[in-house]
Amino acid sequence: MPRPQTYSIASLLRHGLNHHTTWPRAWRSPPLKDSYDVIIIGAGGHGLATAYHLAHDHGITNVAVLERGWLGGGNIARNTVTIRSNYMRDASIPFYVKSVAMYEGLTRALNFNMMHSKRTMVDVVQTYPKLRELRRRQLTMDIYGATYEQISEAEVRRRIPALTGGGPDARLPIIGGMVHTDAGVNRHDAVAWGYARAIDAMGVEIHQQTPVESLVRAADGAITGVQTNKGLVRAPKVVVAVSGHTTTLTETAGLKLPLRTMNLTAFVSEPVKPLVDVIVNCPDAGFYFSQSDKGEMVIGGAPDMGQSFRRDIKQNVFEDTVTAMLSLFPSFKKLKLMRQWGGHLDIAHDASPIMDETDVPGLFITAGWWGGYKAIPAGGLTLAHLVATGQPHDLMSKFTLKRFRHLDYVMESGTTTAR
Amino acid sequence: MMNIPCPYCGPRNEGEFAFGGPVKPDRPDPNAVSEEDWVTYLTQVPNPLGPVQERWWHVKGCGTWLTIWRDTRTHDIVDGPSDAG
Repeated sequence: MPRPQTYSIASLLRHGLNHHTTWPRAWRSPPLKDSYDVIIIGAGGHGLATAYHLAHDHGITNVAVLERGWLGGGNIARNTVTIRSNYMRDASIPFYVKSVAMYEGLTRALNFNMMHSKRTMVDVVQTYPKLRELRRRQLTMDIYGATYEQISEAEVRRRIPALTGGGPDARLPIIGGMVHTDAGVNRHDAVAWGYARAIDAMGVEIHQQTPVESLVRAADGAITGVQTNKGLVRAPKVVVAVSGHTTTLTETAGLKLPLRTMNLTAFVSEPVKPLVDVIVNCPDAGFYFSQSDKGEMVIGGAPDMGQSFRRDIKQNVFEDTVTAMLSLFPSFKKLKLMRQWGGHLDIAHDASPIMDETDVPGLFITAGWWGGYKAIPAGGLTLAHLVATGQPHDLMSKFTLKRFRHLDYVMESGTTTAR
Repeated sequence: MMNIPCPYCGPRNEGEFAFGGPVKPDRPDPNAVSEEDWVTYLTQVPNPLGPVQERWWHVKGCGTWLTIWRDTRTHDIVDGPSDAG
């Protein structure tokens, strides 16, 4: 199999001389086989990263990643690329610290420029309950070496000059803030394409436009494969990495899960000159944003109420987010908004992820990722470990499905950015 | 935007309502059901790709609670579980 060439200045110059017409395809589109060692449903961030670590760490390369749509078109393109580790629970913090560290090395690991920009996140705090909650997070994070520091209102305003609202006469005056220096943003397409190119080079197959219609079980109950639009494909191990549609798929195998599907949305302004160089999170107002390298404000708000499989923003969610944003950043009133999107994702009963083998032998799920973009590298690392060895990785041993059986919840207050 | 039918006020904008969650089965007596059924009751809600039955509170209106069926794919208010939108 031809290996993809390494991207470098030399290759850029060489293909540039040919007017960039000679770049090879970054991954193949092979025909679908009848059977594999592992089938991963969903070529999103977690599916691709799991395939990468199965092949790279465990030498399991007879793997098919099945994607209903196109590569990089699911939730990996439907988020706000915020990478942070300011969580609350002992189970969560080391996991996300690891994930952030892996993201910082991903450009080198995959030979693909992730455009990682470690630019700090500033929480703008307007209520004392939120301040107390974040200070609790700070105490726990301190144990694990994650950075979280309280700053004064003046320091918040020094770091974010565009923040002109929330003064003493406001309904909710700003009382202080928190700084998380590990936080950053990167380029979501590069994450999808970088992993895809790397797994393809190791022999893993990616099949786009291949929706899985149902899971197939043997007489003894174990998983034996999946039914796709291109026929039955067999594998003794199947990984469901499909975000909001997890329950839709597992119910075809008679499996119910403690998950609800919701719609989280974001929108983007026109590009403007550099104005804000940190990720701004305003949990009391209910929105967060960062300025992209192109200059657009990438803005997210609270989720829609109720379960939802929609992939667009609802008008009232949009209006609420804009209203909240203008209360703190009145100058943004002049910004024109260009695009909006939504992703449907599932949230577990205790708002923490689930990575486990289910009651159906051979069927694994990675689900409950609310803001799972930041968790992609560590999620792939730990799930591949579980699939390959049958033993949970130390970093994910609390994120089991079995915890619900004992009502041993991992209640996580740091799951959502904006609330 | 949904126009939620309030039994007293007629169809009203959803901004006047607070979401009350999907309708769950009646709370069982924990001493009378199996552990598995009790855990299922506590941790699982219906998550259909289609109509879901849910409670809404007309909190910025007359204050009544009401129950509707809503299609999770479109957010259309539908008549019942079989009325796929």
